Amino acid sequence: MSTSIENLKTFDPFADTGDDDISQPTNYIHIRIQQRNGRKTLTTVQGLPVEYDQKRILRALKKDFACNGTIVKDDELGEVIQLQGDQRVKVMDFLCTQLGIMKKNVKIHGF
Amino acid sequence: MASVDESLTPTAEEQLEFDPTIKKKKKKSKAVSFSPDDLDDVAPQDETPDPEVDELTDMFAGLKKKKKKSTASAPLDSAEDASAGDAGAEDNVEDFDFGSQKKKKKKKVADVSAFEQQLEEAGVNEDEDAGEDDTFEKPEGEEEGEGEGEEEEAGWLNSDREYSYEELLHRFFKILRTNNPELAGERGQRYKIPPPSVMREGNKKTIFANLKDISDRMHRPYEHVMQFLFAELGTSGSVDGNSRLVIKGRFQQKQLENVLRRYIMEYVTCKTCKSISTHLAKENRLYFLVCESCGSRRSVSGIKTGFQAHIGKRKKMLG
Repeated sequence: MSTSIENLKTFDPFADTGDDDISQPTNYIHIRIQQRNGRKTLTTVQGLPVEYDQKRILRALKKDFACNGTIVKDDELGEVIQLQGDQRVKVMDFLCTQLGIMKKNVKIHGF
Repeated sequence: MASVDESLTPTAEEQLEFDPTIKKKKKKSKAVSFSPDDLDDVAPQDETPDPEVDELTDMFAGLKKKKKKSTASAPLDSAEDASAGDAGAEDNVEDFDFGSQKKKKKKKVADVSAFEQQLEEAGVNEDEDAGEDDTFEKPEGEEEGEGEGEEEEAGWLNSDREYSYEELLHRFFKILRTNNPELAGERGQRYKIPPPSVMREGNKKTIFANLKDISDRMHRPYEHVMQFLFAELGTSGSVDGNSRLVIKGRFQQKQLENVLRRYIMEYVTCKTCKSISTHLAKENRLYFLVCESCGSRRSVSGIKTGFQAHIGKRKKMLG
């Protein structure tokens, strides 16, 4: 931080690289909830790894949770699975058990 | 273990949740010290003699005992007066109907507890998260744990076998905690944050009245807290004239509490020393959490809203 010119900074090998901090957020899976009218809610699953077939996952999720859902294509965030109702915990379980995704890579948001 | 206890006195639990544990504990140790205690002089006053005597001597202590017993799923029928008092207390706490029968009540309680357990199972990871450093502490749960230890201790102090390391360790920590909790690593009381006061405005909006107070207590700009709340809850809202936060959607106090807890873990507590006296510094568009007590710095991610589904009007979605 001492020099004002960014390019001339020397590399500090002891600086906090935050390596795992940087690699992690890229593959976080966010599970969110949104309130709709009344008691209805919507669960969104964002950031599933691209190597998985979203359609098949969605089909399995819909069948397992007995709810409807869609895949929404977002400009920045890619494909997002939308499910009806509060399925956050169940989705999390599904991801961990069926897809073998680490629990720490899944973030549940909402209340 | 906390879940079962919660189910016994749900409202009391909620009220107590934000209170520091000390008071409770103090009271307890005092209540115990009333009872005749002639095990040995070296031990301080926090041993429990056999439960029967205690129950008869002191009503308060009896209540406590009863609670403990019932959590261990062994209902106590012998002490009629104590149980009656307990039932009354339960009535009082639960929903103010003295008229209803005891049996029914019991069943209801059991149902609730089962439900709670299910919830617990379902939300294991969230609990883990929260348990890591619980800012809004749960006195009941802690007390429960202590109580168990006490019962055990009463057993092994009488026998003249060699004490195991575990037992002695438990004993040491318990004594330390009763005499000077600061040393026992109980930082809970330093993090006192008032419970969010939540009201409903109309049908679709929630008012979070003391956001300013809470964010001042955390030394954070309330805009930041607000941003986090909105991102997490997936809604929007505004601040009204009395600097209260109006959130779109229905939220209960408990839910907001959870979100706040997450905020505190993420943006307030220092990961190194768990202190709450920190501040956020912004450098080159990045936020850094700087601890004022140990001086550590760590970068925190900015608040991202993430994907927001379109709710309501279909036309918007197409356009």
